[in-house]
Amino acid sequence: MTDYLKLTALGLVALLAAIAANFARDMAYMVHAQLIMLVAGGLFLWVIRRAGEPRIPIRQDQYMDGVIRYGVVATAFWGVVGFMVGVIIAFQLAFPVLNLEWAQGFANFGRLRPLHTSAVIFAFGGNALICTSFYVVQRTSAARLWGGNLAWFVFWGYNLFIVLAATGYLLGSTQSKEYAEPEWYVDIWLTVVWLAYLAVYLGTIIKRREPHIYVANWFYLSFIITVAMLHVFNNISIPVSVFGSKSVQVFSGVQDAMVQWWYGHNAVGFFLTAGFLGMMYYFVPKQAERPVYSYKLSIIHFWALIFLYIWAGPHHLHYTALPDWAATLGMVFSIMLWMPSWGGMINGLMTLSGAWDKLRTDPVLRMMVVAIGFYGMSTFEGPVMSIKAVNSLSHYTDWTIGHVHSGALGWNGMITFGALYFLTPRLWNRDRLYSLSLVSWHFWLATIGIVLYASAMWVSGIMEGLMWREVDANGFLVNAFADTVAAKWPMNVVRGIGGILYLSGGIIMCVNLWKTVTSVPGRNFVPVAVPAE
Amino acid sequence: MSRRPAQKPPEVGTTGHQWDGIEELNNPLPRWWLWTFYACIAFALVYSVLYPAWPMISRATPGLLGYSTRGAVAAEIQAFADANAPIRAQLVAADLSEIADKPKLNEYATNVGASVFRTWCAQCHGSGAAGVQAAGYPNLLDDDWLWGGDIASIHTTITNGIRNTTGSDARYSEMPKFGEILTGDEIAQLVQYVRSISGQSNDAVLAASGAALFADNCVACHGEAGLGNRDLGAPNLTDAIWLYGGDVTALTHTITYARFGVMPNWSPRLSEADIRSVAVYVHGLGGGE
Repeated sequence: MTDYLKLTALGLVALLAAIAANFARDMAYMVHAQLIMLVAGGLFLWVIRRAGEPRIPIRQDQYMDGVIRYGVVATAFWGVVGFMVGVIIAFQLAFPVLNLEWAQGFANFGRLRPLHTSAVIFAFGGNALICTSFYVVQRTSAARLWGGNLAWFVFWGYNLFIVLAATGYLLGSTQSKEYAEPEWYVDIWLTVVWLAYLAVYLGTIIKRREPHIYVANWFYLSFIITVAMLHVFNNISIPVSVFGSKSVQVFSGVQDAMVQWWYGHNAVGFFLTAGFLGMMYYFVPKQAERPVYSYKLSIIHFWALIFLYIWAGPHHLHYTALPDWAATLGMVFSIMLWMPSWGGMINGLMTLSGAWDKLRTDPVLRMMVVAIGFYGMSTFEGPVMSIKAVNSLSHYTDWTIGHVHSGALGWNGMITFGALYFLTPRLWNRDRLYSLSLVSWHFWLATIGIVLYASAMWVSGIMEGLMWREVDANGFLVNAFADTVAAKWPMNVVRGIGGILYLSGGIIMCVNLWKTVTSVPGRNFVPVAVPAE
Repeated sequence: MSRRPAQKPPEVGTTGHQWDGIEELNNPLPRWWLWTFYACIAFALVYSVLYPAWPMISRATPGLLGYSTRGAVAAEIQAFADANAPIRAQLVAADLSEIADKPKLNEYATNVGASVFRTWCAQCHGSGAAGVQAAGYPNLLDDDWLWGGDIASIHTTITNGIRNTTGSDARYSEMPKFGEILTGDEIAQLVQYVRSISGQSNDAVLAASGAALFADNCVACHGEAGLGNRDLGAPNLTDAIWLYGGDVTALTHTITYARFGVMPNWSPRLSEADIRSVAVYVHGLGGGE
């Protein structure tokens, strides 16, 4: 019976998509409608072929790990894609001729830049968060994922969102809101997928067989809920036509800017900080085989973090049309955020007390520790940059880019690599990783890459800021904008080289994970959900 | 920290919870962490009392210091404006041709002009004023002038611009598209002739037949000898300086399709003092007459 319902729904979607493609008013919309038509049509055939076959009953006492394995593959894949696009656009900035003439309108810097940011944040980071949260919530709740195949819908639905977003950027479909570029129908689809994600996650926590909810799950849950709220409010827009990709924002002017940076800052706060802290709180104690340092600290810093983070967005709009009072509040909330952010760093690092010697022998743990180090550095740098006087120098310069990348490459990237190295042998029932020395290579390539990248951008950004503001004795500007562009060239090249190192590390990781799955002997291991006590 | 003995954790004990083998120690909040957190909160409170911060019903609290970002930048601009007011008055009142003879005024105008140039003019003429030949933006460092290189002419050009539709007094002239008038062979002959009068390698046979075409079509603006005409902005074709390039490809393109370089009129955007300053700066770059 459900098969018939599914077939009807899929057939209808394919038909509607075909109609939409026919009436499409722009290229991006047409390509997307055709894509949806093909996906729905393909699923239709797949359901038909399986109709009437007897289903093997699912053992409810086993963890649902298939979807997590797919998530690990997707994370590694999108990671390499995102890093590669990053390297390309870094060199496009240093050598503008790489904005190839024949690829104008598709592969120039303006089109590739959102592709890079979305690929690393949403494709790499998002898949990492979804798959690790599914792993962690099952282990720490001693329960199988709630909702049957809904988890599969979340995985495939989210990756369809990524493909729609990425192809949209290349074809010029964008709302022009940073990190919220996808247009209205892609936003609606993500909302559906995200609510399904929330249902799976919350359902699993509700049916847990542990008396308490583990701290990692608090962070993951706050990330899922807040991102849902931010996504909906920042994407309220009215489509120009149901058959076109363009839409008009409901907010305008400085209100729109404020909503955008409320969203943008909390994408950093809840997606890249809270979500990844959830990852840290599970994988660091597991890999170090040590208890978490302080339960009290985890409670206090969790609530302080999520209460304070949500107000800090206006620091992205210092010295703009935003009223001074809003800027002040954005700044002071950012400063108060310093210690709550560092609570996570302390808890992560101090979890290693008594196990510091493991850093000598375990490159995976070393990766996680360096991630926590970069986390601490970025969450100190952030409040500093939110101070108006500092911001008047740093704003619009490469310093911001350096700050973001020390956080993204150092914290989000490294902790994710650590989690992938932890998960792969366990998910595929392998004794160990294929090669620890390859992990060490990855570690050093990535670390040196980040150092080159971040230091180049600090130098470049501070120099740029000082050149912009330099005035002579009569109060007239000393430098032309083009002078600053010319002066940044060596740093732009160093940045690209740092990116190549980081990308090489990512490729080495993929080889290592692949070899782990294909050529390391297996072990007998039945993933049965058992409460720890 | 590695020297710290490992027996400390058991002293504080765990919370008794366990998830998938993970336990939590009962360590208290680190003192330094807590006090730094309090200090940040105290700073935030004090700062928000001193500066505009808390939204009320009709407006936000203005802060005890009475600070505003717009006020601060306006005050900074005003301070420089006040300091510069006397010399700017002199600059506007002075006769243009006399500015160069007054060292102090000349130095001020050159500095200001350089700054204005880098902000408004560098986009086309380059921050070093060398122009961009591929796009037809003139080099301002040489002594080859399209519309005149004395300070008054430069001042007029900056004030009114060239071939724009935004100012009523813009300098204007238009070269015909000879692709619609002459055949391809004729244009090729003209190109060789122009190369011959500018002292470049050329096909003497074609150039010879180009001479008559030049006399019929080009002399009205460029003059019989090809020396150009500054009243019409017609370039001198006999020197080695080219606006769009002097090779065969560029010349063929120029004659076939003509060129129509546009410069904005700066009078609505820049003050008279700033325009005079840029004129002094450009005049002083080396080619001024």
